[in-house]
Amino acid sequence: MSATTISKTGVSAAKPAETKVYRRDHNINWWLTAVVAVLSLTVLIPLYFTVVTALKTPADAGTFALPTTWNWHNFADAWAKVNYPKAALNSAIITVASVALTLLTNTFVAYAIARNMDKRFFRFLYYFFIAAMFVPFPVIMLPLAKQMGALHLDNQLGLIILYMTLGLGTNLFIATGFIRSIPISLEEAARIDGASTWTIFWKIIFPLMGPINATIAILTALWAWNDFLMPLIVLTDQSNQTIPLAQYVFSSQFATNYPMAFASYLMAMAPILVVYVFAQKWVVGSVMRGAVK
Amino acid sequence: MTSSSTSAVASSRPAKKPRKSAFSGRKVDRAFYWMAVPAALIFAVFLYVPFIRGVAYSFTNSQGFGDYKWIGLKNYGALFKDNRVGHAYVFTFLLAVIITLLINVIAMFLAVALNSRIAFKNGFRAIYFIPYTLGVLVIGYVFKYIFMAPLPAIGKALGIGWLSQSLLTSESYSWVPIVFLSVWQGVAYSVLIYLAGLQTIDDEIYEAASLDGVNAWQNFWKITFPLIGPFFTINLVLSFKNAFNTFDQVVALTDGGPDSKTETVTYLIWKGGLTGGEYAYQTANAVLFFIVLAIIAFIQLRISNAQEKV
Repeated sequence: MSATTISKTGVSAAKPAETKVYRRDHNINWWLTAVVAVLSLTVLIPLYFTVVTALKTPADAGTFALPTTWNWHNFADAWAKVNYPKAALNSAIITVASVALTLLTNTFVAYAIARNMDKRFFRFLYYFFIAAMFVPFPVIMLPLAKQMGALHLDNQLGLIILYMTLGLGTNLFIATGFIRSIPISLEEAARIDGASTWTIFWKIIFPLMGPINATIAILTALWAWNDFLMPLIVLTDQSNQTIPLAQYVFSSQFATNYPMAFASYLMAMAPILVVYVFAQKWVVGSVMRGAVK
Repeated sequence: MTSSSTSAVASSRPAKKPRKSAFSGRKVDRAFYWMAVPAALIFAVFLYVPFIRGVAYSFTNSQGFGDYKWIGLKNYGALFKDNRVGHAYVFTFLLAVIITLLINVIAMFLAVALNSRIAFKNGFRAIYFIPYTLGVLVIGYVFKYIFMAPLPAIGKALGIGWLSQSLLTSESYSWVPIVFLSVWQGVAYSVLIYLAGLQTIDDEIYEAASLDGVNAWQNFWKITFPLIGPFFTINLVLSFKNAFNTFDQVVALTDGGPDSKTETVTYLIWKGGLTGGEYAYQTANAVLFFIVLAIIAFIQLRISNAQEKV
C-alpha cells in the first residue's frame, strides 16, 4: 500500500517540471543524450564483464569477449563451494530482521524526540543520538568486537542489534523533520477521544510516515545486505557468515578459478539487482527523499 | 519546501504542548519517555561504552586478551614515531581529497545532464544508481580482476607503458584502482543529491535568463551552481566522510600492498588490531583517528558557515 503512494508522489514531484520543459521546447538534446549514454557504459561494462566471465572456462577468462563455450556449471560449483544457500539465508535473516526492527523502533524514538524538542531532556537526547554520526565505525570497532564476544552476541542476533542501534542517528536525522511537519491537531483530536500516546503513534503517526519509512527501510536494507566490515569483526562462527563475508573467505581460498569466483560474485549481487530492477523508481525516489532531508 | 513549513510548526508548538508539572508526571509524557529512554540506554551500550572503553584501552598494553597494564601515553608517543601510521594518515587524506573532488565534479555534471532535455531520462537515472545498490567488496573483486587481466592486455595492445602491467601491484599507481572504485560507487548517491537540488530550482529563472541571452556556461556558474550551493556542501561533507573511512576497497583490491603503500587508517586499525596483536596500540590509533576527523569536521563547518555569511 505504501509502495504505491510513494511512487505516485515521487512521480508527481518530478512531472510538472518535465512537462513544462517539453512544452516550451520540443527538441531533445541528442548530443547530450549520447554523452550520457556513453558514460553509462562505465556502469554497465563491469556488470557485463561479471556476467560473461561467470559463464566462461578458466582458459577463456580475462577478456571482454563473449564466452566461446558457455560454462553454466560455474554456478553449481560456486553454489556448493561458497555454501551459498547458507550465506544467503544468513544475509536475508539479518537484513529482514534489521529492517523490521529498525522501522518498528527507530520511528517511535524519532516521534518522541520530534514532539518534545522544546524540552531540555529530549533536546539532549536528540544531540546524544545525532552526535554518534560523527563517531566513525573504525573508532569503536576494536572494543566493540571484544564486547560483542563477551556478551555472546558475536552472531546474527548481535548484528541485527547493531544495525538497529547504530543507524538510529541517521534515521532520526531523516525522520524528525518529517514528523514535525505532521499537523499536531490530528493527535489532539485523537487525544480528546481518549487515545494514548502509543495508540496515537501506531494508529496515526506511523502510517503517515510511509514515505520516510520507505527511505529508512531501503537505506537499512542496502546497508545490512552489503556491509562487510561489521560482520567481519563481529561474527566469529563460520556458519554465521553473510554473503560479503563468504565472498571474502572464498576469494582468499579459491582465487585462481576466476569464472567460478565470478559466478559466486554474480550470485552475491543478483538478489539486490533483481529487486532493484523491479523497484528502481521507488528505490531511487525514496533514497532521494532521504538525501534532501 | 518542507523546511519552512517545519519551522512554522515548530515555532507554534511550545504554546500547544501539554506542560508537565514538577510532581504529577502526566501519562502522555511518560509514554514519550518509554519511547526514547530505553533506546538511549541500548545506544549507549553499543556505541558510547565501546568508545569510552577504546579510549581506556589506548592507555594500556593489551593485546586484546590476557593481562595488561597501564602504560600511560606510550602508545600515542609510538604512533607519532611510526612511519607506517604516518603514511596511512597521509595516504587516507590524499585519497579522500581526490575521491571527494572527482565524485563531486562527475556527479554535478551527470546531474545537470540528467536534468536537462535528454531522452530516456528515467532509464539513465536508474542505471547510474546501480553502483549504490552493490556491495563494495563484491564489485571490488570484479574490478580487481579487470585491473589484473583485461586492462593490462588493452594497455599492451595500445602500447601505453603504465597501463600494460597491473596497476594493483605498481608502486606508484596502486592508488588509482582504489580511487576508481570509490568514485565509481560514490557518484551514484551524489548524483541523486544534486538531482534533488536541481529540482528545487524554478524553470522560470532559466527562461528569464535565456531572454537576456545567457549562454549555457553562464547558466551553470551564475544560476545553477549558486542555487544548489547547500547540496554541494552536503555532498562534500558526506563524500569526504565516506572516503576517509575507505576500507572495503582496500581489502578487495590491494590488501594494503604493495609494500603497505595503500593502507588506509581504517585498514590499519583492523589489520593491526585484530590480526596483528597490536590491540591497544590500534585503539590509540582509533582515538587519534577520531580526533583528526573531529578537527576536519570542525574546519569544514567553519568554511561552510563562512560561505553562507558571504
